[in-house]
Amino acid sequence: MAEEEVKLFGTWASPVSRRIEVALKLKGVQYEYIEEDLTNKSPALLNYNPVNKQIPVLVHNGKPVAESLVIIEYIDETWKHNPILPADPYERAMARFWAKYIDEKFWPAAMKIVVAKGEEQKGEIDEIQQQMKNLEGELKEKKFFGGESLGFLDIAANIIIWLVVAQEALGMDQILNEEKLPVLYGWLQRLLDDAVIKECVPPKDRHLDLCKVKFGSSIASK
Amino acid sequence: MASGSVADQEGQVMLLGFWFSPFVRRVEWALKFKGIDYDYVEEDLTNKSTLLLTSNPIHKTVPVLIHNGNPIAESLVIIEYIDEMWKRNPILPQDPYERAKARFWANFIEQKVTESTREALLSQGEQQEKKVKELKEAMEVVEGEAKAKLNDKTLFFGGGNGVGYVDIVLGWTCNWMETIEEVGGFKVLDPESQPQFHKWMANFREVPFIKPTLAPKEKLVEYFRMVRQARLGLVANK
Repeated sequence: MAEEEVKLFGTWASPVSRRIEVALKLKGVQYEYIEEDLTNKSPALLNYNPVNKQIPVLVHNGKPVAESLVIIEYIDETWKHNPILPADPYERAMARFWAKYIDEKFWPAAMKIVVAKGEEQKGEIDEIQQQMKNLEGELKEKKFFGGESLGFLDIAANIIIWLVVAQEALGMDQILNEEKLPVLYGWLQRLLDDAVIKECVPPKDRHLDLCKVKFGSSIASK
Repeated sequence: MASGSVADQEGQVMLLGFWFSPFVRRVEWALKFKGIDYDYVEEDLTNKSTLLLTSNPIHKTVPVLIHNGNPIAESLVIIEYIDEMWKRNPILPQDPYERAKARFWANFIEQKVTESTREALLSQGEQQEKKVKELKEAMEVVEGEAKAKLNDKTLFFGGGNGVGYVDIVLGWTCNWMETIEEVGGFKVLDPESQPQFHKWMANFREVPFIKPTLAPKEKLVEYFRMVRQARLGLVANK
């Protein structure tokens, strides 16, 4: 077996960084993790991702890959055991469609919720609830979006955990509750219970504190 | 090669589209590049068909590819599907690292060039200035990449004389960018500071299966002018 050198540049509280850790752990790939300070980016990071200057960046035998969903597909194509994406092209298309939906629709809406107030916030909450209902339509009766085990869309949907923590930090009623969204709620519990996911979420207390600092001021100022 | 006629293997391919949509054209370029037969259905934006609404209930827009009755939406997702279902004339590179680079650039183009252009079209004043500035910065990066990858022997990002994924994703700029500049009243294209990019656009326009798909500029200007006025009118009435 050739010597493999795998490095991951990330940050402890970033969901997209944690996505890569999930993918690497699912594949059992050994990697060196480098925690970046985004207020003082390392020369290495700027060298490996000069275009966006962002984390996460995976460096495999010296070659950098950036953009979390792109990195996950790279990992899946390079280490072929324990597949993350489905084998069937149509199912792969569905997984990619919904992952895009999460990044392009869900995530911006989630960001808005934690800073919006009053009527505007109510509108954003309605929007996210509808989006979650749409996701339930994709999940149906399955244990995970990937079936019996975590798949591409489960990893992409890790952002939902971040929204739940942010809402808890702000003392908001949870949008993702068992009454309104029983299917997705069940999925979330299974996700949080999963051994690999557990290793790839920020420590709860630190995460709550961070959310209060980041988003709490928008409430305190009213 | 596999047995059975090509037509049997291809099954029924339908594409729902709008004549003015650069995203629909992308999918057509992928289909034509692979020599795939398909039925094209022109949708009416103001009166969307039941087929469209049931095939893409989430976004309710085009392009939608329907293959043997199975619908797929989102142009980049559709193109990857086409590339995986029909292996001839590959669009994405074979090597995982090269694929990752192609996907990275597709992402960059969508977020920094396509999205910013759309937002510049639909805004004015300070908001538009901000978007145009972002767009100009993105074009510098694109020109840098074109300088690095293209030359007299390598006309396209796909390598050699053949178009690839990045070309297909960026290709809308060769026809729609000028149109949107004119309608939006801003300038981003500059042959002097973007010589390699302009060479690439000129070459892309001339690709035999691409040229006939480019809608006449006057028609596009008329359509996008209407879109801009509708959006600015809505904003003004708030």
